[in-house]
Amino acid sequence: MSLLRIENLHMAIHGFPVLKGVSLAVGVGEVLGVIGESGSGKSMTAFSVMQLLPEGAVCTGRILLDGRDVLDEDEAALCRMRGRDVGMVFQEPMTALNPLKNIGAQVAETVQIHARVGKAEAWARAREALARAELPEERFPMSRFPHELSGGQRQRVVIAMAIALRPKLLIADEPTTALDVTTQAQILALLARLAREDGMGLLLITHDLAVVAGMADRIAIMKNGEVVEEGPVSLLQAGLQHPYSQALLAASTHQPERDGGEDGDVILKAEGVIRDYSGKRHLWGRAAPFRAVDQVSFTIRRGESLGLVGESGCGKSTLTRALLGLEPIQGGAITFRGQPVHPAMGNEMRAGMQVVFQDPYGSFNPRWRVEKLVSEPFHLMPEQPQNARDRVAEALEAVGLTSADMEKYIHEFSGGQRQRIAIARALITRPDLIVLDEAVSALDVSVRAQVLDLLADLSDRLGLTYLFISHDLNVVRAITDRVMVMQRGRIVEEGPTDQVFTHPSHDYTRQLLTAAPKLPEGAAA
Amino acid sequence: MLRYVTKRFLSLCVALVVASAVIFTLVEVVPGDPASFMLGINAQEDTLAALREELGLNGSLLSRYLDWVGGMVRGDFGTSYTYRTDVAGMIADRMQVSLPLALYALALSTLIAFPAGIWAAARRGRVGDVAVMGATQLGLAVPNFWFAMLMVLVFAIKLRWFPAGGFAGWEKGLWPGLKSLTLPAIALALPQAAILTRVMRSALIDALGEDYIRTARAKGLTRGQALRRHALRNALIPVLTIIGMQFSFLLAGAIIIENVFFLPGLGRLVFQSISARDLIVVESVVMLLVFAVIVVNFAVDLAYALVDPRLRTRE
Repeated sequence: MSLLRIENLHMAIHGFPVLKGVSLAVGVGEVLGVIGESGSGKSMTAFSVMQLLPEGAVCTGRILLDGRDVLDEDEAALCRMRGRDVGMVFQEPMTALNPLKNIGAQVAETVQIHARVGKAEAWARAREALARAELPEERFPMSRFPHELSGGQRQRVVIAMAIALRPKLLIADEPTTALDVTTQAQILALLARLAREDGMGLLLITHDLAVVAGMADRIAIMKNGEVVEEGPVSLLQAGLQHPYSQALLAASTHQPERDGGEDGDVILKAEGVIRDYSGKRHLWGRAAPFRAVDQVSFTIRRGESLGLVGESGCGKSTLTRALLGLEPIQGGAITFRGQPVHPAMGNEMRAGMQVVFQDPYGSFNPRWRVEKLVSEPFHLMPEQPQNARDRVAEALEAVGLTSADMEKYIHEFSGGQRQRIAIARALITRPDLIVLDEAVSALDVSVRAQVLDLLADLSDRLGLTYLFISHDLNVVRAITDRVMVMQRGRIVEEGPTDQVFTHPSHDYTRQLLTAAPKLPEGAAA
Repeated sequence: MLRYVTKRFLSLCVALVVASAVIFTLVEVVPGDPASFMLGINAQEDTLAALREELGLNGSLLSRYLDWVGGMVRGDFGTSYTYRTDVAGMIADRMQVSLPLALYALALSTLIAFPAGIWAAARRGRVGDVAVMGATQLGLAVPNFWFAMLMVLVFAIKLRWFPAGGFAGWEKGLWPGLKSLTLPAIALALPQAAILTRVMRSALIDALGEDYIRTARAKGLTRGQALRRHALRNALIPVLTIIGMQFSFLLAGAIIIENVFFLPGLGRLVFQSISARDLIVVESVVMLLVFAVIVVNFAVDLAYALVDPRLRTRE
């Protein structure tokens, strides 16, 4: 008998259908990977099992947990079930913990509300759970507060809370999406080990096929509130049947066709760049400065696509801001088209280098029409072009939108379209260099594949030069000619992308490549 | 923690110095000579000069500022121009009314606002919430002096539970004093309670939308448990800020209510002193109020640190 059996689950929020007849099963000790893009209903399926749905949600169908239908239980019984029979781990470890309570108290709370035990016993069990989540008390005292821990460590605390009572089922909703690649590998290994040790069923929800490929027994692929395909993980190699599954797999391994950069003249040059952040102020004096970028040197040639990879905190964003002339540097020199880059540089320099950020929504003023949004960089030019509207239309068409989109507001577009508009805005001044700072990281895989195609096409047609910054190794591999690996403010390895990925020379690069989740060989659809 | 406290304390000292300098300068530039005001328009020039000398009005600006600050530190606030009595004594008398009244009103406001705000937040969008929000609208809209008069009519004149005005003093014991402050405290507390209820409710609703509440619910906590154990403390920071501001306001801003109830409080003293050009009293009371505001803010800062561990370790 299955531990969790979802039968023909329909769920609507205020009458709007979200889940349309979902059927899934998780056996004892089994790992089920649920994969889908945003809006597929994968998270809502998880929250339906917990019955922690948004207001106005109505479920029909059956959700059998150990033979009992969750949908028939009253709120008191559900409270007894949550945390004891089913544990849950969430996507955002940074905000999932109460900032005002120490981690011991937060883990012990799970024990205290379910088991009738004293405080000492609850804390002892919390200590054990934290140790199982690889946060031993010797190194991570239970009096620590969440803000004193890193993202990965916080996620371990959430996991400890979820497994403290050894539940039968653990639901992990995108547990590693917000984490760095090496941390992701550790957290996934931890989840797999806990499931194995406790014989716990694991429902692992993710947008990333590669994540489930390494650890799931079975997979289910969801789209628009339906399960389109379900079966053993070996389907990834044996061949997925449903066209959508095939498209999803193709998109995750998508390699845009590119001409490859020809060697033009050097367009951007960094020599021994140093960026220090001054230390915190004490009552008397300052702490030693923090060196975020340390002696970084490289060049980008016209028409080339250069990748910059590294984990969060490695200094890649700081370096980007320095390259764009947004912040001063404390040593070395940056030159763009032979001119020095610095915060006070002229507008024609800024017009020559444009940037596309990660968040397609947050980087637009929601009260401006697209025409104004896209034409904004014109103020960098010595005079407004006469045919400004034509230029906007041209840029929109170049990124696959229509000139009629000029009249719309940004909320009328999807995430992928917004990122196209961001690219159009970057193109409008006809720059030589476009800096893409995690520009496709927030996009669904299929949309990401389209945007990557667009970028490849634009660089071929317009001879654009890219600096492509990302934590996602697969994306960098797909779109760059050369790649630099950054660790603790330094470039530790640099070379042609293929060579770095197949024959990494630095330990850290090897570590990153090993940690990155991979689809099995021959998994191309 | 020690760093945080030291830093807050230093900023308190700086604020006091700046505030005293500003108050002193403002009073200096106000036109009018206290000596001629006290002696009337027919005063002789030599008597005026003698009085100026006596009042210490002849020294340089800096020396008079230092004298004034030094005096205050020793508890000597000078002599009132109009009453010819010790200012410190006058203020102390008035504080016997104003301080208990402010604390009384603040306690009432908090006692009303906490349960009402929590109750409304837990029932967001439902009848109870709408009712509480409607009541707070009323509390904000109705002028408190009108409400005070209404209470006098009902509770003092008709029911004779409380005196209609005046202050019984503390000499006859706690109860007569409290009794004469009860109606004014209620009148003062209601609009404050309305504000605080709204702040409490919206802070709680914000906190209830946070991810850690979802985590708490996933552990098996009921809605109510999650609210009490996790949301409440997180909602306290904005509430503490408002409570601090309300205390300072209640201390001196009660002038209308003091007038309705004939209470000899600080607000009336300031009003009378301003009308009488008794600048030394105005100056002293204003300085005292500034001192109270700054000290209350310091206390609120310390309370923040007690609530939020991030403030204890940061910086």
